[in-house]
Amino acid sequence: MAGTDGMPDQPITGSVTKRSMREALNLALAEALAADPSVILIGEDLADPGGGISQVTKGLSTRFGTDRVRDTPISEAAIVGAAMGAAVAGMRPVAEVMIMDFISIALDQLVNHAAKARFMSGGLLNVPLTVRTAVFGGIGSGATHSQTLEAWLAHVPGLKVVVPSTPADAKGLLTTCIFDDDPCVFVENVALYGTSGPVPDGPFRLPLGQADCKRPGTDVTIVTYGRTVRDALAAAEVLAGEQVDVEVVDLRTLVPFDSVAVLESVARTRRVVIAHHATRFAGFGAEVAAQINEELFGELEAPVHRVGAAFAPIGSAPSLEAAVMPSPATIAAAVRSVMGP
Amino acid sequence: MSGTGGPAVGTDAGEGPESAARRRMYQLMSLILTCDERVRRGLSAGEFATTYWPATGQEAIAAALGTVLRTDDQLVTTYRGLHDQLAKGVPLGPLVAEILTRRSGVNAGKGGSMHISHPPSGLVLSTGIVGSGLPIATGVALAAQQSGSDQVTAASFGDGATGTGSFHEAVNLAALWRLPVVFVCQNNRFAEMTSTAEAQPVAHVVDRAAAYGIVGEQVDGNDPDAVYGALDEAVARARSGAGPTLLECLTYRLWGHYFGDPMRYMPREELDQARADEPVGRYRARLIVDGVLDEEEAAAIDDATRSQVEQAFVEALAAELPDGHEAFVDVYGTAGA
Repeated sequence: MAGTDGMPDQPITGSVTKRSMREALNLALAEALAADPSVILIGEDLADPGGGISQVTKGLSTRFGTDRVRDTPISEAAIVGAAMGAAVAGMRPVAEVMIMDFISIALDQLVNHAAKARFMSGGLLNVPLTVRTAVFGGIGSGATHSQTLEAWLAHVPGLKVVVPSTPADAKGLLTTCIFDDDPCVFVENVALYGTSGPVPDGPFRLPLGQADCKRPGTDVTIVTYGRTVRDALAAAEVLAGEQVDVEVVDLRTLVPFDSVAVLESVARTRRVVIAHHATRFAGFGAEVAAQINEELFGELEAPVHRVGAAFAPIGSAPSLEAAVMPSPATIAAAVRSVMGP
Repeated sequence: MSGTGGPAVGTDAGEGPESAARRRMYQLMSLILTCDERVRRGLSAGEFATTYWPATGQEAIAAALGTVLRTDDQLVTTYRGLHDQLAKGVPLGPLVAEILTRRSGVNAGKGGSMHISHPPSGLVLSTGIVGSGLPIATGVALAAQQSGSDQVTAASFGDGATGTGSFHEAVNLAALWRLPVVFVCQNNRFAEMTSTAEAQPVAHVVDRAAAYGIVGEQVDGNDPDAVYGALDEAVARARSGAGPTLLECLTYRLWGHYFGDPMRYMPREELDQARADEPVGRYRARLIVDGVLDEEEAAAIDDATRSQVEQAFVEALAAELPDGHEAFVDVYGTAGA
């Protein structure tokens, strides 16, 4: 049975409620705050009545207090740095960097300190830090408010990088990140907040490092994650009408990377397209392509094909965004090209 | 002072540190100077090779930190951190072994001299990026405030850090939330190779406190009693919930930015004067004049620190480097990539 918006159901046991991704994230945060007094939220505009720029934290400061759901000045280095410090001191902070482009300001804390503290201390320090951030691409926000930058973070040993595509995955993965003892960057997407699907009502965690097959198929694999999963599924629907049976593998976490699931699928279909909204050049898809090439060279029917944003800043005009960003149409075209004449 | 395992010393009301505190501070200063000199001697002689940022000249500030702070109070320091680390109680042997990147080091040889961390002594971590420790210390203080503990966190940093955005963001946030943190600027007059005067538009680091509505105080950072007094007040203020203090301790970096720095940018007469005024000998002489120590006791302290330091180097030099496979241990706490 397909869920709403054409998204397939998760294999979930127990009661579920149809919720938006915004509601699923809010539920995960509320359950974590309720379960563990060491969980705190810090970031810009989180508290009510605003409840976050995308209302993901709506109601939480009213329910849990403004000492646990803390509004901050516009200070990304201090938000992530203070969350890092609180984490090594025993809290489980969830920091919010409102829009992913702003993570550039906090990269020192993430890359030089949070990612390496456990290693550099010889295991004396624990960094149970979660940084939530959201990609705002696709709504005309222009070049400094539209970037999809997870490849920067996946490149740094010590960080975990999680990019959910469905409300259920969002709840299960965010909960896991909050209770994980390593620094996790959790990448949301403004285009997904309003999408809905079945979400487990009770405590629900999904393991990191497990990709999920969002649509089984036999002819070609699309490896993708986050927002682009929906576009891949839309492309797969179109291609089904052309007698091409597409499998869609959702990575869900870039680090840890589930190479086993990717290689298993591609070994079966022997054709693969990798798709993401991040810039194609030196994007995460390049790593996926290289691993497929290293393991399955000679078994492929066609060269690995990648779809991603063009190598250009993202202009504000809808026409400029459309010229750079991938779409179901560009993904379908890539699949047709690997299927051959 | 209350607390868990902190030093059993304190102040006589209004009289500055009492004799036990002053003896302890001299012991710490002697230990720091001896250890820093030993590292530099070994590097000069080619006995070992490592990267190192000398702390000589800044002993008094560390001695006060290590005497005013309780063991369960927290300290975040920097790559120029030997003095702070020893004063806060990081054990000498494993600290020296870490500087020499040995497996027996306090951080298993993975941190090196720049990145010392020892939570049991309250030395949270040492950062290698200028300014970055202030937001982290702010977060450590946030955790204390949030959990209802009366722990105080000190952030130790140089004058160079005050030019970073991290300084502003952290002090601003800590002031806003009235966090139990003391920002201790060890103004050693140089940020890498640039003098403080060339790098800041205000006359003094402490002038910046006004921008955050917090108490700022400037003291002679080469006078342990003066640092002790100002720090004691700042820590009490933080512990009582009255928020952060910016404490500027004026000192002088006597051996350059990094070991081997030719120091061409340091005015010769100024450096000679600073070396003549170095704090350890000055404090030793004062304690003898004040009758806190006699020459024999002071010499006994110096002898004891020399033999402790020498023993630490003998052991560290005999220890092994970490195995290559340890490069892959503790990258993640739970199953990683």
